[in-house]
Parts: sequence; C-alpha cells; structure tokens
Amino acid sequence: MSFLTALINGISLGSVYAIIALGYTMVYGIAKMLNFAHGDVIMVGGYLCFCTVQYLGLPTLAGVILAVVGCTALGIVVEGLAYKPLRQAPSLAVLITAIGVSYFLQNSALLIWGADPKAFPSAVSFPSVKLFDGQLIINSITIVTVLAAVLVMVALTLFTSRTKMGKAMRACSEDKGAAQLMGINVDRTISMVFAIGSGLAAIAGVLLCSAYPTLTPTTGSMPGIKAFTAAVFGGIGSIPGAALGGVLLGIIEIMAKTYISTQLSDAIVFGVLIIVLLIKPAGLLGKLVPEKV
Amino acid sequence: MNTMNQMSRRNFLRMSGLIGVSAMLAACSGSSDGSDAPAADADTFRIGGIGPVTGGAALYGIATKYGAQVAVDEVNAAGKIKMVLNWQDDEHDPEKSVNAYNTLRDWGLQILVGTTTTNPCVAVSALTNADRIFELTPSASSVNVLGGEEIGADGPRKDNVFQMCFTDPNQGTRSAQYIDEKGLGTKIAIIYNNADAYSTGIYQKFETEAATRNLEIVSVTTFTDDSATDFSAQLNKAKDAGADLVFLPIYYTPASIILKQASDMGYAPKFFGVDGMDGILDVEGFDTSLAEGVMLLTPFVATATDEATQNFDAAYKAAAGVDTNPIQFAADAYDCVHAIAKAIDQAGITPDMATADICDKLIATFTGDFEFSGLTCPIGEVMTWSETGEVSKDPKGMVIVDGVYQPLD
Repeated sequence: MSFLTALINGISLGSVYAIIALGYTMVYGIAKMLNFAHGDVIMVGGYLCFCTVQYLGLPTLAGVILAVVGCTALGIVVEGLAYKPLRQAPSLAVLITAIGVSYFLQNSALLIWGADPKAFPSAVSFPSVKLFDGQLIINSITIVTVLAAVLVMVALTLFTSRTKMGKAMRACSEDKGAAQLMGINVDRTISMVFAIGSGLAAIAGVLLCSAYPTLTPTTGSMPGIKAFTAAVFGGIGSIPGAALGGVLLGIIEIMAKTYISTQLSDAIVFGVLIIVLLIKPAGLLGKLVPEKV
Repeated sequence: MNTMNQMSRRNFLRMSGLIGVSAMLAACSGSSDGSDAPAADADTFRIGGIGPVTGGAALYGIATKYGAQVAVDEVNAAGKIKMVLNWQDDEHDPEKSVNAYNTLRDWGLQILVGTTTTNPCVAVSALTNADRIFELTPSASSVNVLGGEEIGADGPRKDNVFQMCFTDPNQGTRSAQYIDEKGLGTKIAIIYNNADAYSTGIYQKFETEAATRNLEIVSVTTFTDDSATDFSAQLNKAKDAGADLVFLPIYYTPASIILKQASDMGYAPKFFGVDGMDGILDVEGFDTSLAEGVMLLTPFVATATDEATQNFDAAYKAAAGVDTNPIQFAADAYDCVHAIAKAIDQAGITPDMATADICDKLIATFTGDFEFSGLTCPIGEVMTWSETGEVSKDPKGMVIVDGVYQPLD
C-alpha cells in the first residue's frame, strides 16, 4: 500500500513539474532561449490567486482566471521590454537577462507582499477519495492536479497541431528564416509563445501552491529548476517530452525519498538525469538535429 | 574596411554609454549609502545590527531590525544613554554578512547586535573577535557562534560573543525531557532540515538524550531548503512506522506544510516543535485549527497579557508598520539592546572610549554578577550569562489550545 501511496504522490508532484516544464520547453523550442524567469512567473500567479481569494473575497475560480490573465499580461510585458530588444543578440546575453528578470520579479514580490510566508487557501474543496478501507487516501488536489495536467497537455497538442498559430509556432521552431520567408510574423509568434507559457505558469502556480500550501517570494525558483530538469530529461523542445519528463522526475523523487534516503533523493534524481543524458543526449523524446556543415 | 570603422565607432558609443550609466549608478548608490548611515555625535553609542532584511529569511531579519529599533528609541527616550542603530542587510549569506560587517566597521561600529541567523553569525563572530568588538546575538543559536570546545563547538571560545537565545543543544535536550517526563509519545518520528546547522544541531542532541532516556525513535527523515515543498514521503514513512509523535526541530514555514499535508492524508500524531515553530499561528491564510495541540518551545508569547509585552507589541507594530504580532526574534533583539544599555550603565562606559575597552568592560560585566530581566524570560525571573557566552534562560514548553499558547508545565 505504501508503494501505491508513493506512486500517487509522485504522479501528483510530477504533474506540477510537467505543467511548469511545458512553459520552459515551448519557449526553448521556439525562441531557443532558456527563460529562467519562468519559475518566478509561477510565484506571481500564486500571489495573484492568493490576493483575489484572501483580500477580495472572491471564489477560487475567479482567482485562477485573474492569475492567468495577470501572468499572461506579465509575460507579454517582460518579453516586450527585456527579451524583444535582444532578438539578434547572442544567446548568452538573453540568458543573463532572464536571470536578471528572475531576480527582479522575486524582489518586487518581496517589496509588494513582504517576506512573511502566506498559507495558500486550497483551490479545491471536495473531500479526498478513500480506497481499501481508508488505507489509501487520494487527495482531491492530487486528482485536480493530474486532471489539469492532462487537460493542458491535450489542449496544447491540439493547438500546435490544428490551429494556424500553432502551425506558425512549429514552423518557427524548425527554421525561423524559412518561416519568415513564408510570410509568418516570427516576432509576433515568439510573443505569443511567451503569453501562452506565462498563462500556463499561472495555472502551475495555483496548483503548486494548493498542493504545497506555502507562498513566499522564492516559492517558484526551486520547482522551476526541477521542471527545467524535467524538460531536459524529456527532451527540451518536445511537448510530450516535457510531460513525460515531469511525471518521471516526480515519481523518481518520491520513490527515492520513500525507499532509499531522504538525504540522497535530489542526488538520485540528478544522477538519473546524467545517466539518461549519457545514453540519449537529446533527452527521452528529444530529436537530435545534426549540425549541417 | 569602412564597415569595420563603423562597427568600432558604434561599439565605442555603446561602451561609453555603458560607462556613463554605470557611473551614474555608482554615484546613486554612493549617495544613498551616505544618507542611509545614521549620523552620530561623540556622545552617542554606535550600535550596529546585521540580519536578512531581504531574501528567503527576511522575516527574521525584519523582526530583529524593528525589535532592536523599538528598544533603541526607548533607551534614547529615557535620556540617560544615547544610541544610534545602523542596520545592514546580509540576505542570510555569510559572505554578504561579512561585507555588511565591514560597512559597519567603516561607519565606526562600537557594539554589534547580531547577526540574526546562525551561518552568517559564525563568520562574523570570528571577525568581531579579532577586532575586539562586543557582540550579542539575538537569535543565532548554534554553539559555533560562541566557540569553545567545552560546549561542543568546533573552535576555541570567542570571548566577546554572547547569546540572547538559548542554544540548540539546550533545546534538543529539553524537548526529549518534556516528551519523556510528560509521556507524550512512545514511538517518535523526526523530520529535520539537514542543510541547516540549527535544525541538525537540535536533532543530534535530541537523539543523544532520547537514547539515554530509552525513547524509541522509529523514523528519521530529512529535507533541505530546496526540497521544502513536499513532505508526503517523510510523513508516509512516519505513518508506516507507527509513530504517535513527530518531532519537528525546524522553522514554522515548512512546518505549516507538514501540518497541512498530514491532515490531508488523515495522519494525526502529536507534533512537537522547538522555538522555530513560533510564528505558525501568524502565517497569513493559515488554518490555525491545523496547529491545534502542537507543542513548541518558546521564551516569548506576543499575546501575553503583561504590560511590558503589550507595550512592545504595540510599539513594534507601529515601528514596522505591520499589524501582525512580533515573533520571538523581535523580542530577543529588543532584549539585546536593553541588556547592552543596562550593562553600559552598570559598567560606567562612555561612547568616547576605545572600542576594545568597551568590549573588555562589557565582557567583564556580562560574565560578572550582571542580571537582566526582559521580555524573553518569565516574569519575576532574571537572565545571567556564563563564561561560555550562553544565557541562563530555560526553554519553556507551550501547547497550542484554541489558537493560544498554554504552558505545558
């Protein structure tokens, strides 16, 4: 029974990683940049939802919607101010800018909301599911998290494969120059990707804080890094890869904690990552693009 | 060739722009540093404080900063001694803490109230020891802050450093004592932060004391600051091992998640925390019913009804501009400043003395027959300091009943 409990906990944690990893992987796939501020957009999403529920007294759903709208707007503003002017700059400059944005967001949150941790109100209120005479308890938030992750995955896959904008995104990720020649507005497509990624970050923020209910200005940074690892693990640039990487990472982390050692769990997680990258350098589902000479 | 020239000219323009901007920034930060440092006359003691006002541990630094400021204002209002407080941020980072200390040195620091957190304090106390500056820390509780092999520290005693809080070993021993004597649990699980000297120190001493008292420890699990979001694996281990009491020598932020997750999974053991658990009832949005029955060690309760605590509570809220109750860190810093003021008065120290003389006189006073009663010791009792720098205060057990602390004794 403890194995099943651990598995469920692992899938729950992994689903949150997966949603965050989707944001990393989409931006990387199309803009070829690592948006290290992604984790902090999650934190902003959490705070927006917290404020709506706690201070305005609105229902959680309104908080989620407001967080998504707010984070999407934030994503567009950050992209326009910090990343757009660097479109032609070397990728290292953009990377450092992203780290700068990350610190900017963290310290702004510290100024606005203070350092005290906030306890996040649970986003779902229906009771947990008890199986096998109460030996196995599945939290309502776990169910919601997993469902949300699946829903986001399906929606995103449909969006990129069926819609015009989705096709434009895939074209940009394959070859920006050719996409531009075909009449695709590359600049706008990249901005769009940031908007979608930030909206996803808001959802991830609400789910993360509902499952692990403490909110501080640094809440997003470590899950952000773990999710980035998950994206690399699954093959950065690949949407199913991010989901698979996220869920696997969550399961490995919880299993390592339960059966091997809580002290070594992170070492084990990153050890597995190294082994996978040694065997498959592009990640589990990543495509290795040969460099044309 | 032409393009080359154009490029380099453009680059040159960019470079000069950058230099201009950075010069402006430097000028700005220079002038703001100047205005930040409080002016001090020759008849005023220059008290420095160091603690994390920003970053992940900002809560503790903010509490100590305003706690100390309230006390400095009171001392000045009393009129006998004049002091000025210069508080520097260290972001709970030893390197930045040393920089903050150097800034204070340049300002003319005479007495240090700090640092707030343990790891930076170990670094800074080595410097104050070398520079002969008296240091009283409100809340850095590791024995390595004080030094001295006889109390289990890694290095020799730093004779200029004293603590206002009780030490980690003291808390570990006292917790095991409470659990054994009150019969609180038979099977004990421990969850501690193995990346934190404070948490690890208490855990080790608890384990030793538990062994001598034949308390059965059934599960020991850890986490780090980076993995302090999910405790489901740790709680499941404790539950599977049949633990009826979970000992949490950790701060209240991760503890609030543990309480929530335990309740979600239908696991209801007794929880026993230490002084880091203090503050859990004030977490905004936290369902305080989850903390019902949680036990903790604390020297200070902001909701106590005595006049001194009530006055401090009001003054702190006004100074910090908040409406949440001060945590014990604030009270510790408040006591630090008042203890220093009392010792200055008793030893007849004046601000024009050399810093090393002030240090020697304060050491002699603190290790002599000096007695101090403040917010963080029970009413009617006094605190004294030993040669080893430890305070005589005894950790008191509390239990949360109806959202209020009740004495465990």
